[in-house]
Amino acid sequence: MTAAAVSIRNVTKTFGKGGTTALKNIELEFQPGEFISLIGPSGCGKSTLLRVIGDLIEPTEGEAVIGGKTAHQARLDRDYGMVFQEATLMDWRTVEKNVSLPLEMMGWDRGARRDRVRELLELVELTGFEGHHPWQLSGGMQQRVAIARALTFNPSLILMDEPFGALDEMTRDRLNLELLRIWEATKATVVFVTHSIAEAVFLSSRVVVMSARPGRVQKIVDVDLAYPRTNDTREETRFFELATEVRELLRESHEAREGA
Amino acid sequence: MTRARRFVAEWAPAVLILVLGLVGWELAVKTFGIQKFLLPKPSEIATAFWDERSILWPAGWYTFTEAFWGFVVGVFFGIAAALVLARFRPLGSALMPYFVAASAIPIIAFAPIGNAWFGIEKGSKIFIAALLCFFPVLVNTLRGLTSVRPQQVELMRSYAAGNAAVFRRVRIPTSLPYVFTALKVASVLAMIGAIVGEYFGGSQQQLGIQIKNSAALFQFETAWAAILVACILGIAFYLAVALAEIATMRRYPSAERARR
Repeated sequence: MTAAAVSIRNVTKTFGKGGTTALKNIELEFQPGEFISLIGPSGCGKSTLLRVIGDLIEPTEGEAVIGGKTAHQARLDRDYGMVFQEATLMDWRTVEKNVSLPLEMMGWDRGARRDRVRELLELVELTGFEGHHPWQLSGGMQQRVAIARALTFNPSLILMDEPFGALDEMTRDRLNLELLRIWEATKATVVFVTHSIAEAVFLSSRVVVMSARPGRVQKIVDVDLAYPRTNDTREETRFFELATEVRELLRESHEAREGA
Repeated sequence: MTRARRFVAEWAPAVLILVLGLVGWELAVKTFGIQKFLLPKPSEIATAFWDERSILWPAGWYTFTEAFWGFVVGVFFGIAAALVLARFRPLGSALMPYFVAASAIPIIAFAPIGNAWFGIEKGSKIFIAALLCFFPVLVNTLRGLTSVRPQQVELMRSYAAGNAAVFRRVRIPTSLPYVFTALKVASVLAMIGAIVGEYFGGSQQQLGIQIKNSAALFQFETAWAAILVACILGIAFYLAVALAEIATMRRYPSAERARR
């Protein structure tokens, strides 16, 4: 039996001594090739959970296991690529140099780097922008550069923290389609944090609905919409049903908290 | 042709102001019979500048080398200290209040003590110039090194980067605009430190001594000519740093600069 892509075992994260509990006893398991969205109200710890998976935050209790390794080892082995809400590009580097940054750090030689960057820029449809600097690109294009960068070393896992949250809706819809195409091409596992119900349902094979204070898993919704998904998917009845289900779960958790 | 014309059009007003200013100065001194010790005529200063050139320029060069080495020493220690404090933040926050307080001290007051510590010749002047350069370089560089966005550091961590790589690829490039701002300030301070240090004694070949002695001997046009030499060297020093900045920033452009 192959190891789960991500296995989160009883993870609790408390900030400060006796401070807020961001995550409480989280148990999750994602299989290789899944597209998982984490959705929930602000303060439900979804970004914290993503950082626990990426070994950028250490859990107070429990552990994250990535493909059978500790999260720490997986980070050292560069098993995942990360994309943030802000593109987080280095302003002083060109598009080409930004995408090749991880490869430079891995000691690839110049020729190999250039070939790989060309391949990736083609994948995110930014061929011809190699020499541009980040500030010369639109927000959507910057985010595509960030995605290309996360894919450079062909990670089996991609962690995305509201990558399209700062973009307008039309750009977001387009990038959603693009992301699905890339996901299908790379067969990577994606863990995707979002605030948008439509985005979560449209992209994911499963949606993890979380509730806040303390952050818990409220329910996991299986999204039984067929891939490849297209713009028409957004108009299917089943899409609306699932979006409604997620919305109601989020409302329930909200009301439960208000009532308490 | 058009380029030359544009150049003339751009600089003509400034040159015109200079010429008008000098003519006005000359006429004012003549018409109002202003005493020479208050303000000599520009023509007299120009004559002294030419007649005394064999004394003034070597003196200027002597002083410039003091300022230069003071700059080098102050900048070196300023940047080195900033790197250490940025790396060991608790140490940095423990020491920072003292550095900020120290940068408010009128350091020039130490000049007579500098004579006792480093000798009345070049050493004490270099010491004062270095001390004047040290604090602004330290404070600015530290601010630059620590003003990286947290996500940039997280991104580097996700590539399994250690502290050295974070410094090299994120912190140092981010700090460059801050460093150059400090270097420009330091180039000016170094000249001030060297000349004022010289007022407290030392060899006859120094510009500061030339200014002081000429004034004491009522050779005010010579004193003014010496000041002119100091101005020319000071501006040249500043411009050299500014050119180094332009050359460096071409390699490491930052978005703020490009938008200007």
